[in-house]
Amino acid sequence: MSDLDNFREETRAWLEENVPPLMRGKAGEQEAFPGGGKRAVYRYPESKQWMEIAATRGWTAPAWPREYGGGGHSKEEALIIGEEIRRLGVPPPLSGFGTSMIGPTLLQYGTEEQRREHIPKICSGEIRWCQGYSEPNSGSDLASLQTSAVRDGDVYIINGQKIWTSGADQADWIFMLVRTDPSVKKQAGITFILVDMTSPGVQAKPIRLISGASPFCETFFENVSVPVANVIGDANSGWTVAKALLGHERSSIGGMGGGAQRAFLANLAKKHVGEEHGRIAEPALRDRVIQNEMDALSFGTTTKRHVDSLEAGNQPGPESSMFKYYGTELNMRREELMLSIRGPQALGWTGEGFENSELRQTRTWLRSRANSIEGGTSEIQLNIIAKRVLNLPD
Amino acid sequence: MKLVLDGAQQMLAKTAADFMTKNDAILRLRELREADDALGYSPLVWKEMADLGWTAIPFAEDDGGLGLGLAEVVLITEALGRGLAPEPYISAVVLAGSLFGQANDEQKAAWVEPTITGEKRVAVAYQESGSRYDLAHVETMASANGEGWELNGEKIQVIDGHLADGWIISSRSAGDAKDSSGITLFLVPADRQGVSSVRQSRVDSRNAAIVRLEGVKVGQGDVIGEVGGGLDTLTAAADRATVALCGEMLGGMNEALDRTVAYLNEREQFGVLIGTFQALKHRAAKMFIEKELSRSVVMAAARAVDSGDDDARLQVSNAKARCSDAYILITNEALQMHGGIGMTDEHDIGLFMKRARVAEMTFGDAAFHRNRFAEIQGY
Repeated sequence: MSDLDNFREETRAWLEENVPPLMRGKAGEQEAFPGGGKRAVYRYPESKQWMEIAATRGWTAPAWPREYGGGGHSKEEALIIGEEIRRLGVPPPLSGFGTSMIGPTLLQYGTEEQRREHIPKICSGEIRWCQGYSEPNSGSDLASLQTSAVRDGDVYIINGQKIWTSGADQADWIFMLVRTDPSVKKQAGITFILVDMTSPGVQAKPIRLISGASPFCETFFENVSVPVANVIGDANSGWTVAKALLGHERSSIGGMGGGAQRAFLANLAKKHVGEEHGRIAEPALRDRVIQNEMDALSFGTTTKRHVDSLEAGNQPGPESSMFKYYGTELNMRREELMLSIRGPQALGWTGEGFENSELRQTRTWLRSRANSIEGGTSEIQLNIIAKRVLNLPD
Repeated sequence: MKLVLDGAQQMLAKTAADFMTKNDAILRLRELREADDALGYSPLVWKEMADLGWTAIPFAEDDGGLGLGLAEVVLITEALGRGLAPEPYISAVVLAGSLFGQANDEQKAAWVEPTITGEKRVAVAYQESGSRYDLAHVETMASANGEGWELNGEKIQVIDGHLADGWIISSRSAGDAKDSSGITLFLVPADRQGVSSVRQSRVDSRNAAIVRLEGVKVGQGDVIGEVGGGLDTLTAAADRATVALCGEMLGGMNEALDRTVAYLNEREQFGVLIGTFQALKHRAAKMFIEKELSRSVVMAAARAVDSGDDDARLQVSNAKARCSDAYILITNEALQMHGGIGMTDEHDIGLFMKRARVAEMTFGDAAFHRNRFAEIQGY
């Protein structure tokens, strides 16, 4: 047996013994996902238990260095841990902006002091992060952002408004883009800075969405004082840091299209429309199911090829735009297809006559409509591919 | 099963690309077409390909081959596909070559080495009028005749079937037209009494033929595989050839996209390069994505078949469906983006669109493979 096979067996055994039983099969339930943070409210206490017990082994960030609270595992081992967790139908032990975005960015651009200050608290789940990028007048044209930061000795004074800040009402810290030089080309006057959400002058107001949920906020900054030491990278070099981080975001949003369980849609369709001679009874619906399953397999295979290529020492390129575009479009098509499969049972909003799984999926569908807007719209991704990959002229 | 090329594979891909750059295959295809050449490919170039070792790639080392797999084969076919090369690599080396694996010692002795050296080639005749993509639809009869059989029937659109040195024929030795059992494969040498071929002209200008069998006497020694059990043997070989064809399609779509992007960067209208138009940029970006997805699934299918994975057939169908759709999308769009010039015979881009259609309808189109993908998984 190879070392990796051994590792898989050990991982499996440890999970069997240590995952709180209630977490089994909760992978499809967003509310069960541990997000960490001082203000966290958990629907199930077991979510928090699961996060903390995983953190003791560094498994909230298995591939990060041990010295910062990660697991110190190789990429192969980290993949195995993820696979074994999914195999049990258990949610990831920690999700959110800390592990998916600011953590990797700090590992790449942070000073040693900044890493020691922030990364261990990400890994332990103590601190929850949110992202302050978009502004009311800066959506796809992110670099036009106006929130200002004016230097005053050892601090910056921040004034302005952010929008679509996910979970700002529950976050402990925010990483954000601010304008530190209004006199230069728009990309050249932006700084990436970390702000404690409890600072005086910060206020977050949830926005109610078409799904009925309020995962996003408007966040206001009024004369907020932030230490200069909280700048990541150099002042006015925030656009470079932001682009690297957007790469992480795009991979992470795009990734939602590929991990789906094979034949899940087919079984759902058989349940709702019946089967004839072993086939989904409605041919038109069957065709859509097949196409979606094939696209998911092809996308998953492409993600794997990308990872294999990076591991073989090749440099990452602008492909993250491809993953963001295709992954989100695929996920949205999948959500729409699930509505079609459920038929009128997909129309429930609350209450009687609908199963919880049906009500949940309707909300997930509505939420998914944002996939092609957030993190750079689908159209922006296509622009990036045309410009940076195909070298088409401006 | 890593989806990356190792050092040797990178070398092979580079050699193949260099060879294709030196030998302008599209020019060759045009010359052969204008001359109404009977063979439809260049025996000289075919010999050079054999000398480079390409024809030996998938054969076992014991049989004089290199003992490599489809992961290497698709590197060759990708290069061939970029140039629309008309040489009979997929038909003779991959499709017939795979069936040689089930041949008896005498057949192997007679055919394997000459195939590797490029001196002889065998074409596989499986398609019939109305059979579309169903390999089990066989009406060519193998009637018992003394110790052996007598073959009567007609095969159509036999890939590289004209002037072949032999044909492997799927025939019905028992049962009804679409039964999965009762199919027997025979290797019939071209000099056997009663077998003949007529060249068919198809839209892509490549070699295809009708093969007629009139009272052809065959014996036990001519059988490939098991009497009555030919369908599984043929399906396995066709799956391998399908992966090789997907490699060719990948090469074609890459070339068509490259040429189109180059055109967007040179053609001016309204005083600007047409590549500045967002209506074209976004479509070009989508073509790029489809091409990338195609590369992934071709690599995955080749490796799955090579290592005998349980889901190999699933991966083959996924690859063929995707490559069929992607090659058609990319070449249709390529022609549209070239505008009027793309409609002319003089311009090469139309040749890719024609080839895309032929490739789509070889070994099952996208709809056929989507259905097979679902059936394999029980829905």
